[in-house]
Amino acid sequence: MNDLYIILTASFISVSCALIGSFLVLRQMAMVGDAISHAVLPGIVLAYLFAGNRDSATMLVGAVVLGVFATMLIELFHKKTRLQEDAAIGVTFTWLFALGVILISVYTGQVDLDQDCVLYGEIAYVPLDLWFTNSGANLGPKPLWIAGALLILVLGFILRGYRGLFLTSFNPDFAAGMGISVVAWHYALMSMVSVTTVVSFESVGAILVVALLIAPAASAYLLTKSLPRMLAVAAAFGVLSSILGYYLAKWLDGSIAGAISSVAGVLFVLALGISRLEAKGLPRMAEQ
Amino acid sequence: MDTLFRFFSFDDANVRLVTLGTVLLGAAAAVVGAFAYLRKRSLVGDAIAHAVLPGVVLAFVLVENKNPLALIGGALFSGWLALLSIDGIRSYSKLKLDTIIGLVLSVFFGFGIFMLTAVQHSGLANQAGLDKFLFGKAASMSPTDIYAFAGLSALLLLLVTLFYKAFKIVSFNRDYAITLGLPVKLSEFVLSTLTVLAVTTGIQAVGVVLMAALLITPAAAARSWTDRLLIMLLLAAAFGALGGLVGSFISYSAPRMPTGPWIVMSLSFFALFSLLFAPKRGVLAKVYKQRKNREKIITENLLKALYVLGERQGNPQCLITEKELKSHRSFGLTEFPLAIRKLQNRLLIIANGSGYRLSDTGLTEAARVVRLHRLWEMYLTTRMNMRSDHIHPNAETVEHIITPELEAELIKELNRPRKDPHESEIPYN
Repeated sequence: MNDLYIILTASFISVSCALIGSFLVLRQMAMVGDAISHAVLPGIVLAYLFAGNRDSATMLVGAVVLGVFATMLIELFHKKTRLQEDAAIGVTFTWLFALGVILISVYTGQVDLDQDCVLYGEIAYVPLDLWFTNSGANLGPKPLWIAGALLILVLGFILRGYRGLFLTSFNPDFAAGMGISVVAWHYALMSMVSVTTVVSFESVGAILVVALLIAPAASAYLLTKSLPRMLAVAAAFGVLSSILGYYLAKWLDGSIAGAISSVAGVLFVLALGISRLEAKGLPRMAEQ
Repeated sequence: MDTLFRFFSFDDANVRLVTLGTVLLGAAAAVVGAFAYLRKRSLVGDAIAHAVLPGVVLAFVLVENKNPLALIGGALFSGWLALLSIDGIRSYSKLKLDTIIGLVLSVFFGFGIFMLTAVQHSGLANQAGLDKFLFGKAASMSPTDIYAFAGLSALLLLLVTLFYKAFKIVSFNRDYAITLGLPVKLSEFVLSTLTVLAVTTGIQAVGVVLMAALLITPAAAARSWTDRLLIMLLLAAAFGALGGLVGSFISYSAPRMPTGPWIVMSLSFFALFSLLFAPKRGVLAKVYKQRKNREKIITENLLKALYVLGERQGNPQCLITEKELKSHRSFGLTEFPLAIRKLQNRLLIIANGSGYRLSDTGLTEAARVVRLHRLWEMYLTTRMNMRSDHIHPNAETVEHIITPELEAELIKELNRPRKDPHESEIPYN
């Protein structure tokens, strides 16, 4: 049962990440996603200090505020100061992350967060964090519920906003001409990245969430030619990484999140190989 | 104050070590980062910082102790592997660079974490302290680490001096460097190796995530102040060193404060300050320049309007009402009062009851703008063969930027024409 809980939680998270990550890859914003995943740290700590506990709602608000703030800061640096975009990303996220670490060390007694958790989370403890109703009924692990809620939120966001996301990702000028607000969708997506990151934070940590955001999406990008297929393949790669990663971690007794990202990397190499074979195979098929 | 004094007396051997180490590291990383910045590869340094982890763990597993040389060797190996992967994926797929960097960064790091945790759980002796590579422990730097930083800085200085010309041309114009027959591949190899080296030594002090700041932030700060490479390198090194100094001081005066994040905080402060206040490239300087330009344009437009309206009544200096001015040309809501105020301050126009008229100096200035406008219209019709109803919008822009030299040139070229294409008189002094 514990195995199932962990695999389910990991799958929910990795599917959410893969779906959101696909849009980041398409919009050439993968590293902005990376930056957000680091920048939410001070937001989480501040929310912690305000609420005094791990209240999920406050943490979400803190993370979204900081995530959007980081995006705006990057754009501001890039557009107003002629700083190269990647340097703008680097300056912004390291600054915010440093701020987060400093806050943690200042309020070390009041904040129940440690640096290890920030960097690689601990999904192995999922089955221990059970959720009981007032009458004492066991509803299963809490993180599983949270991950499920995240998945529903992400699915809802993409289904409801499919047209806007699609058009603003592929042809922003056309979208603007259709009266769709490119800026609004941009910030909506950035908010979703922040939410996804902060929910995934406890389970997989700041840097491995980047692997889940980018690797399945990048693999799917190589193998497909339409957005719905890319999303489906990315989600499938996410689930596959979670299952294989879990058993790899169990076998060698290592971090589950680390194993999942390693598997996601291996799957990417396979996808790259397949896409190369396809590219080479095409002319021959044309000859026949 | 007392703390400051005690810190800078450097009596405490540990303080001396840590400060020296962070200062050297900050300067060395900044110089490497400056080249990465100019080659638009800032985040590659970030990727390398994450990617050295599996190599470090692998080296530990192989030699079964924390021999610094072995660990640095392992880090070099996997840092290089990450660089090769980035270049390889780039040439064998349609993925964009930012996706590839994020992918390599997170997968290598994830694999490193996986190996690290597997080693920690395996009960292998001596593994404690490997996670120094994750978060950095500047406060517990050993003399060996300082020797490593000093060695690295010396090596760096030597290589940058030796390869200066090649590095410079490779950073600014790679294709030109190839045609010159410079060792481009070798230079890039050396630059990349230096990045890996700086990262490997640096993450032990500040950790994986913040290492990127040591590379990128001083370079970004230095770039705001200068367009010259040598000055940029020196400035970046100075910022890096100062960041190291400030970081160690803060963690010395408040022992609970971590050194690495405070180094990054002070570096970010330098960068923010530079981006805002640097002359020429700073935000404030640019805003000021834009405002000046806008003022110049609207005042010149107002002068011109006064002149043209007066000209129609036979006297360019006659009184023109505000209403006439506004119906002749639309001014922004704040623009009109601003232009009036500026022109009055410079005594170019004189307010009189409900209207304004040009003063004598104002007439000369207004005539100049009108002359430039009409000369340029002449040039467009006679030399560019544009139709006379197409030329006005272009002349509206160009009249504000023609220099006296260009004006003389135009008059000579057009043989000092008397009238413009619309048959209006061109005013000369």
